[in-house]
Amino acid sequence: MRIAFTSAGTSWEAQIDPRFGRTAYLVLFNEETAQLEVHDNSAVQADAHGAGTATAQRIYELHPDVLITGNGPGDTASKALKNLHMRIYVEAHNMSLKEAYEKYKKQELKAL
Amino acid sequence: MTNTGIFKLAIASGKGGTGKTLLSTNLADYLAQKQAVLLADMDVEEPNDALFFDAENKVITPQYKMIPDWQSDRCTLCGDCTRHCKFHAVIRLGDFVMVFNELCHSCYACSDLCPEQALPMKPYRMGETSHQLLNQLQLVESRLDVGQEQAVPLIYATQKYIRELENKPAIQILDCPPGTSCPVVAAVDEADFVLLVTEPTPFGLNDLKLAVDTMRQIDKAFAVVINRQGMGDDAVENWCENEGVKIAARIPYDRQLAEQYAAAKLAWRKNTALRKALEELAVLIQQKQVQYA
Repeated sequence: MRIAFTSAGTSWEAQIDPRFGRTAYLVLFNEETAQLEVHDNSAVQADAHGAGTATAQRIYELHPDVLITGNGPGDTASKALKNLHMRIYVEAHNMSLKEAYEKYKKQELKAL
Repeated sequence: MTNTGIFKLAIASGKGGTGKTLLSTNLADYLAQKQAVLLADMDVEEPNDALFFDAENKVITPQYKMIPDWQSDRCTLCGDCTRHCKFHAVIRLGDFVMVFNELCHSCYACSDLCPEQALPMKPYRMGETSHQLLNQLQLVESRLDVGQEQAVPLIYATQKYIRELENKPAIQILDCPPGTSCPVVAAVDEADFVLLVTEPTPFGLNDLKLAVDTMRQIDKAFAVVINRQGMGDDAVENWCENEGVKIAARIPYDRQLAEQYAAAKLAWRKNTALRKALEELAVLIQQKQVQYA
């Protein structure tokens, strides 16, 4: 499984970024290889509009099986993500990536 | 002057709720006693000028903006469109391209630069413009459809609508949206002169400074109208004096005026203080008409 997080930092200790479109990083964890892959999403900060769709496209290109985030995508991004076969878990803010991953494994995260 | 013989007066403010609509509707009605006037509500997200007038004989015109329409059979999925779009309104998801109409700024970049012409532009409804004639007053009001996010395209469409009217009154009053962002800049775009309505409070002053700064940056001639004079403090008066900003009129704070306004009545007919302010503005408008002619 490939699991994507919206993240404020670049390691397991980083906090989940509650924002979807304007998340600082997208961090991808590949369970098969146990590798953590970091994608900088800061370019989107310069955009006044369309952060949600831009990030949705970036996530699409990473093709994860699961997305773990905070507030969840807005309406426009949700429309884009509908076409992805990906499970989305929300309300993982105030957790580190590690804590969020553990809760996901225990099926304690809220599915969208 | 943008059009020979036509004087366009924009009524704007930094802060919301300072009296733009109070001034626009009363000034238009007052001037229309003697001459043909056009009043246009440019606050397309929440227009309310028409509430003050009888709603008879309205002509409604739907307004469209152009958005790209993805043609899957022509598309080679090269992704050029998504790179050209500065607003992320066109995104490629695997083997298809999605267009987000609400985000699109109708810039044509994706359409014109598509090597396969797979994104022809098509009209997409964003709102409507209503137009009515009340004796010497022509009232134009545009309203965005629910769910539409962008005011600017409809503001420009409204300006075009006014430019293309057969009978164009020599005085046009544009009731602008609040704030200092894109919709305001668009709404005052064609104005010959701008009146910035404020109130004598710290909030009024703070937002007036932003509005003045905006007008200076876009090189618009302007003056200030102080509404609810007598409440708050002297900071707006003092700041205007120090900055050399002209105060064109003052409307005293008056509970009855507020009550009349809240009842959607044109208060100038009964309120002498408001009428006096309008008289002063009418003189200013006459001077400016000569100056800009």
